[in-house]
Formats: sequence, structure tokens, C-alpha cells
Amino acid sequence: DPGQGGPASSRSLWSPWRLLPCEPWPLPQEPLTLPSPPAEQIRVKPDKTGVVTDGVKHSMNPFCEIAVEEAVRLKEKKLVKEVIAVSCGPVQCQETIRTALAMGADRGIHVEVPAAEADRVGPLQVARVLAKLAEREKVDLVLLGKQAIDDDCNQTGQMTAGLLDWPQGTFASQVTLEGAKLKVEREIDGGLETLRLKLPAVVTTDLRLNEPRYATLPNIMKAKKKKIEVIKASDLGVDLSSKLTVVSVEDPPQRTAGVKVETTEDLVAKLKEVGRI
Amino acid sequence: MANSLRGEVLNLYKNLLHLGRDYPKGAEYFKRHLKNVFLKNKDVKDPEKIKELIERGEFVMKALEALYFLRKYRAMKQRYYSDVNKTN
Repeated sequence: DPGQGGPASSRSLWSPWRLLPCEPWPLPQEPLTLPSPPAEQIRVKPDKTGVVTDGVKHSMNPFCEIAVEEAVRLKEKKLVKEVIAVSCGPVQCQETIRTALAMGADRGIHVEVPAAEADRVGPLQVARVLAKLAEREKVDLVLLGKQAIDDDCNQTGQMTAGLLDWPQGTFASQVTLEGAKLKVEREIDGGLETLRLKLPAVVTTDLRLNEPRYATLPNIMKAKKKKIEVIKASDLGVDLSSKLTVVSVEDPPQRTAGVKVETTEDLVAKLKEVGRI
Repeated sequence: MANSLRGEVLNLYKNLLHLGRDYPKGAEYFKRHLKNVFLKNKDVKDPEKIKELIERGEFVMKALEALYFLRKYRAMKQRYYSDVNKTN
């Protein structure tokens, strides 16, 4: 039996340990008569070093919610003994860990990074942290969201597996424990691929894997008793230095109005006019 | 009997208020409506009727959870899967 499941709700919230602003939600299309959500605009900082995150509502990365949910379901099926929720970043990460605890994780680990340094913490740095933690806690399974919706790197899980030299099942849409092996069904471009991985392994979760439960108030209250250990990356002997620098962050170009043409000749003429052909 | 029901009603209110924080039209809007609905029923004495109202409140809680999930799911689907030929 696997001893522990260690899901890392890494890159949650502030993946990568950077703050993940709450994106404006699109209009609901279901028949429910619901008003459109208020648009919470994401704004680029005037100095172009990033987006404005102060005072912006943050929440767990949606793909990481799926990872936490999967871990909790494995525990509910009595297939894993313990679920540890991990987040790496500034102090606000603890709120995300609390959400994971409310969803059913047993305890949390917050690898604290000062807010000023949080910008430099990317997938590689997080992967280093997760790899060290996975070894320290002797986990059998590391579950992460496939990517963070603020940077869309889709690298942390893969790097973690590489650093640990563990097998990986990414973009998982189904996970089944078979003794000491894990059967993972992956969403790939051509369809579905099924892998069998020897544990311990790293799995990154895709949208279809499950429907994450909502962290209700009673569960949040109950989770207050659960422990969150706060440590620094240096406590794990992890170097958070990065060889990457963000050169600039800019708004996408404004979409200009389209031009209608009547005939193919007009189209060709217009294309020539704007130097496209 | 009345006491435990009172506790249940209070818990229901607190839980709904908590859920209302993410309501699309805003937490304030939700809180106002929540208060109105509860105040409207404040004089209900019949325990059976109260239980019925509590059940209705719990149904609303489930509806809100479903709404939030659907919203998030749809947003992710649109953002990451709209170009791919998926069956769902």
C-alpha cells in the first residue's frame, strides 16, 4: 500500500508562487438567468514588470484544485494514508493551503518566499522545492495542476519528476491505483494515451479528471485545527535563484476593426495596400 | 426542539453568506437578498415549515456550488480547449 499521497497544490494561487490574480470570468452560457460577472480587469503595472496584484482577489489555481480533489478522493477510497498540501510563495499562500485543508487535505506545508522575491520563483525553483519535500516526506505520489493560469508554463510537474527521476503522467484525465502501480489516462492531441507508472510518481491534472468540491464554511472551520508547517526554501537546501529575467509585460495589442470587401479583387488590392502580399 | 432548529437556521445563514462572497452580482447584492429572504420568514413558528425552509436553503447552497463550478469549468474550457476537437 502506498504510505502517503503527497499532493502538491503547488503553483496554486500564486503559481509559481507569484500571485495569481482572479481573472474576469466569461459570461455564463447556461439557461440559468444569471447576470454577467463583474469584470475584474487585469492591469499591467506602469513599469511593465508585471501585472498589478495588490488588492486583487486571489484563489487556488483551477488545475491545482483538481489535483487536491483527486488526492482527497484517493484518501476517501482509503488508497492513500495522508494528503499534504504544499504551496510556495508569500504569506497569502496560507489561505490557499487552508482551502486545500478544507477540501480534505490532512496538513499543509508553506514554503515561504518574501513577496519581493516571489517574482523570481518560477517552475524550476518550485520543482526544486517540491522534489526536496517529496523526498523529505517520503511521499509516493505528487499531484499538481498541469499548469498555472497566470504564466501557463506547464513545466513544474515535469521538472519535479525530472529532478526526482520519477515517472510522470501529465495531463491526466483518469488516475487508477493498481497495487504499487498507477494507471494514468492522458489527454493528448491524438486522443487518449494510457500509461502504467511505477510508484513513486508525479501526476499533473487536466480539466476532465474530476469536479473539485467547494470549500464550505463548516469544512473551513474544521480545517482550522489542521497544521500548516511554515519553512523557508533554504531550510530544504534549495536555491531559488533564477537565470530568467522578465524583460517586459505588456497588454496584448488592441484588436483593430475588421474591413469588409466585396470581391476577391478588392481583397487582393487591400492585402497589397497593407503590404501583406 | 426550537433551540436546535434556531442553531440550524443560523448555520444555514452563515453558510449561505460565505457562499455569497463569489456571487456574480457581487457579495453585497447577495447579502441584501439573503437578509430579505430570512427576515421575510422570521415569524414562521411551525417546526415542519422551518425544516422545509432550511431544506430549501440547503438546495440553494448546492445550486450556488454548482454555479461556481460550472463557471470555472466553462472558463477553463474556453480558454484552453476551444481549438481542440473535444467531445465535451
